[in-house]
Amino acid sequence: MEAKQYIGEGWKHAILIIGAIVVMLPFYMMVSMSLKSQQEIQSISGGLIGAQETQTFPVCVKTGYSEETCTMKPYQYNYWFAFEKAPIPRYLMNGVIVTLSIFIIQVLVALPCAYALAKLRFYGREFVFSMVLFCLLIPVHGIALPLYVMLAQAGLVDTYSALILPWTISVFGIFLMRQFFMTVPDELIDAARMDGMGEYAIVWKVMLPTAIPALLAFAIFSVVAHWNDYFWPRMVITGNRDLFTPPLGIREFRGGIDSDEFGPMMASIVTVTVPLIVAFIIAQKRFIEGITLTGMK
Amino acid sequence: MGTISLKNISKSFGSTQVLNNLNVDINDGEFLTLVGPSGCGKSTLLRIIAGLEQQTSGDVLIDNKNVNRVRASERDLAMVFQSYALYPHLTVRRNLETPLRLRDYNAFERLPLIGNFSPSKKEKTESINQLVNKTSETLKISELLDRKPGQLSGGQRQRVALGRAMVREPVAFLMDEPLSNLDAALRVHMRSELSELHNSLKTTFVYVTHDQAEALTMSSRMAVMIDGNLLQLDTPQEVYDNPSSLSVAQFVGSPKINIFKGTSDSSGTVSFLNVNLKRKSSESNTDLHIGIRPEHLEITNESNENTFSGTVAYRENLGSDIFFHVNIEDGSNKIIVRGLPQFTHQISNGSSVNIKRVSDKALLFNQVGMRVQFTNA
Repeated sequence: MEAKQYIGEGWKHAILIIGAIVVMLPFYMMVSMSLKSQQEIQSISGGLIGAQETQTFPVCVKTGYSEETCTMKPYQYNYWFAFEKAPIPRYLMNGVIVTLSIFIIQVLVALPCAYALAKLRFYGREFVFSMVLFCLLIPVHGIALPLYVMLAQAGLVDTYSALILPWTISVFGIFLMRQFFMTVPDELIDAARMDGMGEYAIVWKVMLPTAIPALLAFAIFSVVAHWNDYFWPRMVITGNRDLFTPPLGIREFRGGIDSDEFGPMMASIVTVTVPLIVAFIIAQKRFIEGITLTGMK
Repeated sequence: MGTISLKNISKSFGSTQVLNNLNVDINDGEFLTLVGPSGCGKSTLLRIIAGLEQQTSGDVLIDNKNVNRVRASERDLAMVFQSYALYPHLTVRRNLETPLRLRDYNAFERLPLIGNFSPSKKEKTESINQLVNKTSETLKISELLDRKPGQLSGGQRQRVALGRAMVREPVAFLMDEPLSNLDAALRVHMRSELSELHNSLKTTFVYVTHDQAEALTMSSRMAVMIDGNLLQLDTPQEVYDNPSSLSVAQFVGSPKINIFKGTSDSSGTVSFLNVNLKRKSSESNTDLHIGIRPEHLEITNESNENTFSGTVAYRENLGSDIFFHVNIEDGSNKIIVRGLPQFTHQISNGSSVNIKRVSDKALLFNQVGMRVQFTNA
């Protein structure tokens, strides 16, 4: 009986471990390559961190630095050169500005909408909600071109607005928050009304705090999607390198005069990925704690 | 001041009529209970008073002012909900402060951070603190002020919910089954506390419940509602002794009133089973329902024209009383008789008993369930 149980558990764990390896392997490759020298990467040798022999890097010398500055260990070189070659802090900052602006405006729009759709009775509510569901079905790429044309007509191409504006109304956010608000008891809202709150005060002071777990789920979805988005920034940021978001920045390392240099490229990717992972770990903790509705019954 | 008048209130949801033309006048300082079986529209009526629901037709007057177009937040009423509806993310102190902050602070002072620069805010905060402390002392929740609602027991949450309603000193309190989430012992205890609170506050209470015991114990007047109609509005004693209809008589009182099928002859004299009431009904020559409460029937050794007999089907011992569920001989229905333990403890299930009625306590109802009076003769 007990042995059988262990075998059953073992199978589950074996499958989960295989799944984890499949997911983690690209990350392992990324970290490993960001630490090794070009030769080690191309010959697939050196294990996780390579031999870390101090050497002079030819691409660096070609770029115009003295041989002395170009002599160092591979991991130092990869990260140093990544930051030398491209203004990565600037890209990261752009990423933060864009994703945070998008998320904040999405919340400002989605919460009142979701509240109205979940808790207020008005003529045509079901129709509006069905339109929200309908909009969920429209793929972004299908409307990319008209959106681009509109932004171009408005003279907004190559601005932060072009990166932010099209994403400020998140149909998914409205839907998700609406589903959560449906579970909030009506009595809580009635109590707030009796206490003298207006409808907007109810949204921000009562609904928002109770919806923190749902909001975090949405935040993860929204921030990850827009931090990693390559398609849209590539379309609307045509010339101005100062507006590049992290994924566009990584592209700087592709190709060029001296063929691909994988070390600095991977180093830049690590730099771009780490903030997201850290943010996720922090959010996950709050996720589990959550503010529950236990005060209610 | 706290008078509330409801004039010709009707409410329908779609084609379903929930309230039919109700008229209620609630006096200042009164404890009025709206009581009825679930689905009778009593909560809807309370929500209409509160302004959370809009009546289909009719007027709501608070202190003789028509408030049909006044929002819930501006009616100066406070409500206690069945689920307490405390803000789960705020401490008890903040829960109590919330209605005061909304009333006292102006829009600028409510802003986070910069609101603190308003010169008058400090003074207002002080008075809010005092009111919160005073209320929490009255309700004995001072030591709970820093906890979140999730960390409180049901009874404590109940007190906090009461506190949140009290702290603002509203025109009237509206309570929607506030005790039904508590366990039985605590519920009985809170009944007396609520009555005391009402006596000391001297504010109007409108209390909704489906529990006729709560209505009988606490209210100065009770309004019995069934199927969206107001059937009777009177003091608890009057409703119990003198119900206006069969449904009211059956709803109020536990155990339920016994209903016998009876008739009145051409002179109006009423009889049922083999018993003659020796009193005359105002309606003669008709079938009647005769209601006799369990405490107005006695188990007796006599056997005469004033008694009838039956078999004990079930014996319900409550300690202070024993209720006997008795099958009467004609098999028509089962009735409940109260017996005092010292006289009836030896009677067991299955034994046959004679039952005598206490005279002058029977209530008459006609075929449609309306009350029929005895003529004095």
